[in-house]
Amino acid sequence: MKLVIAIIQPHKLDAVKRELEAVDVNLMTVANVLGQGRQKGVTEIYRGAKEAGGLLNKVRLDIAVNEDFVEPTIQAIMKGAHTGSVGDGKIFIVELAECIRISSGERGGIAIG
Amino acid sequence: MINSGDTAWVLTASALVLLMTIPGLAFFYGGLVRRKNVLSILMQCFIIVCVVSLQWMLFGYSLAFGPDFHGIIGRLDWMGLAGVGGAPNPDYAGGIPHFAFMIFQAMFAIITPALIIGAYAERVKFSSFLVFTLLWTTFVYDPLAHWVWGAGGWMKSLGALDFAGGIVVHVSSGISALVLALLLGKRIGYNHKPIRPHNLPFTVLGAALLWFGWFGFNAGSALAADGLAANAFVTTHIATAAAGLTWALIEWWHNGTPTILGAATGAVAGLVAVTPACGFVNPMNAMFIGMIVAVVCYLAVAIIKGKLGYDDSLDAFGVHGVGGAVGTLATGLFAEKAVNAAGADGLLFGNAHQFGVQALSLVVTIAFAALMTFVIFKLVDALIGMRVEEHHEIVGLDLTQQSEAAYTVIE
Repeated sequence: MKLVIAIIQPHKLDAVKRELEAVDVNLMTVANVLGQGRQKGVTEIYRGAKEAGGLLNKVRLDIAVNEDFVEPTIQAIMKGAHTGSVGDGKIFIVELAECIRISSGERGGIAIG
Repeated sequence: MINSGDTAWVLTASALVLLMTIPGLAFFYGGLVRRKNVLSILMQCFIIVCVVSLQWMLFGYSLAFGPDFHGIIGRLDWMGLAGVGGAPNPDYAGGIPHFAFMIFQAMFAIITPALIIGAYAERVKFSSFLVFTLLWTTFVYDPLAHWVWGAGGWMKSLGALDFAGGIVVHVSSGISALVLALLLGKRIGYNHKPIRPHNLPFTVLGAALLWFGWFGFNAGSALAADGLAANAFVTTHIATAAAGLTWALIEWWHNGTPTILGAATGAVAGLVAVTPACGFVNPMNAMFIGMIVAVVCYLAVAIIKGKLGYDDSLDAFGVHGVGGAVGTLATGLFAEKAVNAAGADGLLFGNAHQFGVQALSLVVTIAFAALMTFVIFKLVDALIGMRVEEHHEIVGLDLTQQSEAAYTVIE
């Protein structure tokens, strides 16, 4: 089992979700987050006072998958979120020690899907 | 002789001026602070309405407008509104009940200390704020209102023109705001980065409500539903429009983008500057007043404040103090008897004396308000401390002064 964490552009969420559903990955957690990467944030101006380097709005997806779904999930996120410019985001894959479905108490691979 | 049209207008205008403080100013300022302090601003504006209204009824109105004592203060004959009633008082307005004049003026007494909130936002102790406000209203606002507007007041006798409160409301509160900002010191972290407004839509909503309510403030100051009220209404609107546009254009040129905060701030500066002038100038000159004040206040807020480094958190001085001064002097330039026979001609209409009177009134008001604010601050600070502890400032005034939070993150 792996946990796929993807940081993407907010306006790409719909496209990523569509691609994930197309490869039968339907369970995810989505959150609004702030961050900065190579884009180095934005400049804001309030009554003439400039603030450079304000953090940018991003969307974070947490998706737990079984081993054979890892690569299709990565490909789906890439397809949905890729534009080719800086700021497209990142995907992190981490080992997942356990997964428990609270309603039934099921554990492991069966609890993920 | 009571005129029902005049009375209806002045009562309506009174309600409009209340709307300027709550919710207008409350949301204008509330949106500009951080989310941890928004309720403190709303509370300060709200409780000022309660406190100053009672002060006004009990003795404030009598100090400001009661029977004159040597041109400097009103006698306490009208304490508890004794002798103030449904009959007109011809010294102030012959066509409306004395009650109507009193309650219209009450709304001015309310908004003036509320304007000062912008200077000490996010770091003042609530109890000290209450004591300061009560003392300031009694010892700064009430005497000033008497000098400029009270029957027998010395500035009124001198011929100072202040149609709706450029000196009494805006210069007095703006200068006091600067003194407070200097005495109270900067907010923690102010030097390192600009402090972001937490909700600009609130601020724009508040600015729009201020614009709306200001028609009561300025056109209501005619104290009748007549041609002078209409003149004040039109000049108020034109100056505001000119100032909002000018500010946005300056930003566009200076920073590369126009901002809604800039347009809203410019509009408020326009409203401030046209306040003393609205019943004495024509619409064309009102437009010039709006354009001038936008330039001057932009310089004060965006450039000079940054260079001098004081933390006038929400620009109460930069907009109200500076804008009020511009308006007071502009009245001495652009006033004309052709607009208001009861007024005077200004410098541009051949009467340099009027400009001198305006400048003198301005200087005296600045000196008086600054000195009194200094004394009241030192007194309250010595007794109970004006500023919250550092830990409380970091956590925010909503939780530490009021035990409540404006926004929930989790249900």
